[in-house]
Amino acid sequence: MGQITLQGVQKSFGPVHIIKGADLDIADGSFVVFVGPSGCGKTTLLRLIAGLEDVTGGAILIDGRNVVDVPPAKRGLSMVFQSYALYPHMSVRGNIAFGLKMAGIAKDEINRKVEAAAATLNLTPYLDRKPRELSGGQRQRVAIGRAIVREPKAFLFDEPLSNLDAALRVQMRLEVTRLQKQLATTAIYVTHDQVEAMTMADKIVVLNAGKIEQYGSPLELYEKPANLFVAGFIGSPKMNFVTGEPAKQQGAATVGVRPEHLKVERNGQGGWPGTVSVAEHLGSDTFLYVDAGPLGMLTARYVGELGLSPGDKVSLIPDPARIHRFDDSGKSIHA
Amino acid sequence: MATQQTQLLARTLLTPAVALLFIWMIVPLALTIYFATLHYNLLDPGSETFVGLENFRYFLTDPAFLASLQNTLVLVGSVLAITILLGVPLALLLDQQVVGLSIVRLMVIAPFFVMPTVSALVWKNLLMHPVSGLFAWIAHLFGLPAIDWFNDAPLFSVILIVAWQWLPFATLILLTALQSLDEEQKEAAEMDGASAVSTFIYITLPHLARPITVVILIETIFLLTVFAEIFVTTGGGPGLQTTNIAFLIYSQALIQYDVGSASAGGLVAVVLANIVAFFLVRIVGRNLEA
Amino acid sequence: MARMVTTQRKVISTVAAWLVGFLIFFPILWMVLASFKTELEAFAIPPSFLFFHWTTENYVTVQERSDYFHHALNSIIIAGGSTLIAMLIAIPAAWSMAFSPTKRTKDILLWMLSTKMMPPVGVMVPIYLIYRNFGLLDTRTGLVLILCLGNLPIVVWMLFTYFKEIPKDILEAARMDGATIGRELVYVLTPMAVPGLASTMLLNLILAWNEAFWTLNLSTLEAAPLTVFIASYSSPEGLFWAKLSAASTLAIAPILVLGWFSQRQLVRGLTFGAVK
Repeated sequence: MGQITLQGVQKSFGPVHIIKGADLDIADGSFVVFVGPSGCGKTTLLRLIAGLEDVTGGAILIDGRNVVDVPPAKRGLSMVFQSYALYPHMSVRGNIAFGLKMAGIAKDEINRKVEAAAATLNLTPYLDRKPRELSGGQRQRVAIGRAIVREPKAFLFDEPLSNLDAALRVQMRLEVTRLQKQLATTAIYVTHDQVEAMTMADKIVVLNAGKIEQYGSPLELYEKPANLFVAGFIGSPKMNFVTGEPAKQQGAATVGVRPEHLKVERNGQGGWPGTVSVAEHLGSDTFLYVDAGPLGMLTARYVGELGLSPGDKVSLIPDPARIHRFDDSGKSIHA
Repeated sequence: MATQQTQLLARTLLTPAVALLFIWMIVPLALTIYFATLHYNLLDPGSETFVGLENFRYFLTDPAFLASLQNTLVLVGSVLAITILLGVPLALLLDQQVVGLSIVRLMVIAPFFVMPTVSALVWKNLLMHPVSGLFAWIAHLFGLPAIDWFNDAPLFSVILIVAWQWLPFATLILLTALQSLDEEQKEAAEMDGASAVSTFIYITLPHLARPITVVILIETIFLLTVFAEIFVTTGGGPGLQTTNIAFLIYSQALIQYDVGSASAGGLVAVVLANIVAFFLVRIVGRNLEA
Repeated sequence: MARMVTTQRKVISTVAAWLVGFLIFFPILWMVLASFKTELEAFAIPPSFLFFHWTTENYVTVQERSDYFHHALNSIIIAGGSTLIAMLIAIPAAWSMAFSPTKRTKDILLWMLSTKMMPPVGVMVPIYLIYRNFGLLDTRTGLVLILCLGNLPIVVWMLFTYFKEIPKDILEAARMDGATIGRELVYVLTPMAVPGLASTMLLNLILAWNEAFWTLNLSTLEAAPLTVFIASYSSPEGLFWAKLSAASTLAIAPILVLGWFSQRQLVRGLTFGAVK
């Protein structure tokens, strides 16, 4: 079981409030991603759950028990660090076995579990190597192996893929997701990369300046962002925001349209007219950066190839069903 | 909570080191200050009387003090100049691609690990001896008269020995600093059309400014109290020609048994060293933040 | 990217570097050669460089004079003892400052550094008198004590910088893995710190072995280490060059070897981390 509940969790370092009261319910077996810009408190929140930092206020419940006074090792969680934090003087086997050894488990059982974990992660040929003899991806796997072998109530991942190159990151992303589904163990995963968040999560927690902005499934966040911050943070390329007359017409302070929901018409009439300033041709997609005069720079995404060049006049027509409206305080207005 | 427990443990573990160093610093220093105000001669025990600043007046106006102060400054200044002026090019040379660099490094660093009494005696006898020394023979090969080093240029001879001992230190530090210089910076300068000389002046030298400062400060602290090299070669002579402050204090305390003025001299040495230490501690402290 | 260097340039730097290296090393080499000559040859003009009558007679003589070993043993005890005690005091202190720093940690470190800056002559008089009154003059205990205190700041600093480099993540990982503080120390911290501990010990052995202020002033015969023994050769001139060389070679050989191993740590230890 691994049901984690945060109730009004606060953390201050001296006068600086890092976490300003977080409430959250994480269901057993779910994959939850904390995402947000750097400095938003996502790693701190994870470390509070881990017990590596003491909370300033509030409660953290794991399976209904408040653990704020329980030392990290006794919380039944395991963690994968950004730097991997492998023990450099121990072999892969030693690294994976360390937690079990500390728990006083019998030797042959440790061996059995370590070998099972290694097999799951394709690490068997490397069991007797030292971390420095492994590639980045392999080290990452060892760090994960060390986490799964203890059969914890939940895995905590602190930006585990940020040190890998792009291709490997995509591959490990898939592997971590698959592994988590296979083990059906709760996972909390911290990242600043919203693509990782969207692709891996069952539920996403968007954090900003120590506050939870929204908690929901990836598609909820994409389709119904709670406010301007979430709308701007989730989705790539970023959502276009327009203020002024077009917003007023919709009865909002700001309206937002995602680049993929802008129809591009060559020399078209109506909509928002502008001049192409940069066109990026990816083959599968075309990204247009359009100077729309008083509306500012707008981004449009066209699926497929669109033969436009800088200087061409276009008209951008928002899909009326996909316009997001925000009030003065930045909150979403739902019809 | 665990963290508070850890902190208490940490305090306890720190205490012995701090306490010992505190005693080691404060007790002798306080005693030195106390003795410096006494008329106190070991040959005349029991006659200690309070004389105020008399010892300082005596020590500071003693012609031997001025001579030894001058010798100290010349010694420190010359050794610094030699070790840095030779150390920079040497470090640059060792930073090049050299076949067998590790062996060259070992040869260059070796003098630093030789105990001062050994290096002083080897130089004095095997190299600088006016009749049988190697230098005398080399001078002879060129048809020059042999130099009687320790009679004709005693202070310079001491400087030479001390500089030989400290050149490796300067070189090693400068080399370490050079190796941390980003190669791309030099390449960027090259792309910008800088010649080797201007790359050295505008990129390398500024990068070396800090390590050079550190070398100066640390060497100064050690060089202010050079002792063994003088003790085994010249014994401070001839006359006072190689007596530095450290040696003067030694001779006043353990040859003339004048504890009072030796203590006053000791305090003068502490003040001198502190002026240097002030800057060094500042540099190290700034580094600690980063 | 290491740059391609023309062969010509490489040849020039190689020749120059070897030449300079040889010049700097020469006095030591010359001493070692002299130690294998007869006294007459060591003194002879013109000197012979390699084609002399090689002999180990001087080493035998030095060995026969049992007081050489007496002093060598003193050196070992004094250098080893002071280093070990300094380590025992410094390890907990450095551990505490590296892993549980407080607002005052920096000040304490800098204050420790400043005690090292105090010139020994400044406190020579009271130390000498204290030693005389407590019967510590010319005792190994006395020398161990003073060298230990003298080097303690360097030991603390070096260990501190080594401990500081151990990533906090790894200690946290150990804590997540259920290790108590004691087990963290035994299984994770100590094995990772061993290289740092070793080089700190090495550098301090060297410093203590070569220390030539306190040893010259506080010991004469009984406790005198090799620095003092060698200094005793300073008065009679000439006739003992070969034996002086042999004794000196023996005195510096072990430390030279240790020094070669620890040359990289030297920078960090003696500059208190100001140069990396």
